Amino acid sequence: VTTTTSTRSLHVGAAAGFSGDRTDAARSVVDTLLCRDGARVLIFETLAERTLALAQLARRHDPAAGFEPLLEEMLAPVLRDCLDHGIRIVGNFGAANPHGAAKRIQEVARALGGRAPRIAVVVGDDVSGDDRRGEVIGRLGPAADGLKLVSANAYLGAAAIAAALRDGADIVVTGRVADPSLTVGPAMAHYGWHEDEWDRLAGATMAGHLLECGAQVCGGYYADPGFKDVPALARVGYPIAEIDAGGGCVVGKANGTGGCVDEHTVKEQLLYELHDPAAYLTPDVVADISQATVAHAGPDRVRLHGVRGHPRPPTLKVNVFHEHGWLAEGEISYAGHGAEARARLAAEVLRERLAGCGPLRLDLVGVASIFGDDAGRWLARQAEGDARDVRLRAAMNHADLAVAQRLAREVTALYTCGPAGGGGVRTNLRARLGTLSCLLPREMVQARVEFFE
Amino acid sequence: MTAADSTLVVPLRCAAHGRAGDKGNRSNISVIAWHPDLYEPIVRQITEDVVAGHFAHRRPTRVERHLLPLLHAMNFVLDDVLDGGVNDSLNLDSHGKALSFLLLDLPLAVPLSLAPHLKNLPRR
Repeated sequence: VTTTTSTRSLHVGAAAGFSGDRTDAARSVVDTLLCRDGARVLIFETLAERTLALAQLARRHDPAAGFEPLLEEMLAPVLRDCLDHGIRIVGNFGAANPHGAAKRIQEVARALGGRAPRIAVVVGDDVSGDDRRGEVIGRLGPAADGLKLVSANAYLGAAAIAAALRDGADIVVTGRVADPSLTVGPAMAHYGWHEDEWDRLAGATMAGHLLECGAQVCGGYYADPGFKDVPALARVGYPIAEIDAGGGCVVGKANGTGGCVDEHTVKEQLLYELHDPAAYLTPDVVADISQATVAHAGPDRVRLHGVRGHPRPPTLKVNVFHEHGWLAEGEISYAGHGAEARARLAAEVLRERLAGCGPLRLDLVGVASIFGDDAGRWLARQAEGDARDVRLRAAMNHADLAVAQRLAREVTALYTCGPAGGGGVRTNLRARLGTLSCLLPREMVQARVEFFE
Repeated sequence: MTAADSTLVVPLRCAAHGRAGDKGNRSNISVIAWHPDLYEPIVRQITEDVVAGHFAHRRPTRVERHLLPLLHAMNFVLDDVLDGGVNDSLNLDSHGKALSFLLLDLPLAVPLSLAPHLKNLPRR
């Protein structure tokens, strides 16, 4: 690690885009990084909005849990190589228990042998404690009245990650940070950028945005046969971005993998989950891609250029999760002659049996089930046809578990009391989480780095 | 030659691709032209009003379109179309991931001269 500005390029590979992503993804990314000159970092993004609330619930049941459940499976195949060859690892796999994750990583490293890693933990995102809970609830306003809170976490930025790397961390474990900050942190540390070099931070932010969904920029979640053909999708590669000292980047993918990186896969991911392209808000910077361009830069390589940055917001976003009743679902299938008519009749039966239980959604899988709205306007518009393979699905939210259970029982009763030939009943009942968000002044949220001993 | 002869009406899917994302009860759907020359007819025809009408059953409270001419792309932001989003929706696809394909069903009139840039043209 060096505190002077480096001119060697920075290579950031992404080995996960969500909790539960493929655990064999990291191997080819690390093998490719091993062939690259320059500074090299491997990131894991495993923390979707709800994942953190689920982790908080897991920790309530088991104080040792609450971090990414697949942590060991994700890291063990590459940890030794990363430590031996100076590939830093940054991941938000700490979720609701970053110290627990650090402990597990230490155990995995010990079992693999070799030198012990320096593990840094970034804390400070959890604002659910007594000191700030009142402030958060106050800012949520009347919407929070009477809710049972599960978690409240602020989105931290890249500065603490950068500080941990500058202080010599081999591995940085975080909880809630903005996804692109996993990439911006290493870039700040490597190039010695300051926190107000907005264009550079914005460039790295959009590089991070391209990386943060893993395979999604390499032809994953892209294929549409005849329109968008992707080679060897079953072996789709994960991305690596080369970030230059100005924040520009070239994105490519791991060697020897399937998938593809071209201008179109990059544009799709660039706009993914963006609203105003001139104002992509993160804790680090407001990124602006309104003047950005993407250009072919070789086989499976695309250059992103021209991202601009504006000063970061004075506030940090806080996501609050709360208990939110029950989701009940039930399904039953009809096939052959008159299948659609029988499924529609079964739907009418459920509608009558569950009258008074609150809003009920009914889908005819194989006729119309996805584009439609919960109120059923779309389905009502579809003329009755003669589909021969139809699965009826019923779904309901309810605060009362007993009512939710009734839906499951009514769908099951269609076996003996419903139309002829219904089969394959499945029912599912699960607790729902609701979410609210608010903004907190930065001064109220202190990100800290703690080295795990 | 009449105007009809010089124009081809195709699903938007032949001229553009896109991806849907969600944040809460808001969906964003990108529309990216397959070729720079297709961008102009797409911008002219796939307007906020057209998209709002196409998604009317989902009761959007606001549809906003952002243009990215250097990328030959547009980004639609549709407010309140996800029945509450991933925490509340009863839809199997509570994220609205499939909604890009609903948008790409819209018809688009394209001059015949641009036909070579279209993907997977339906047989006439």
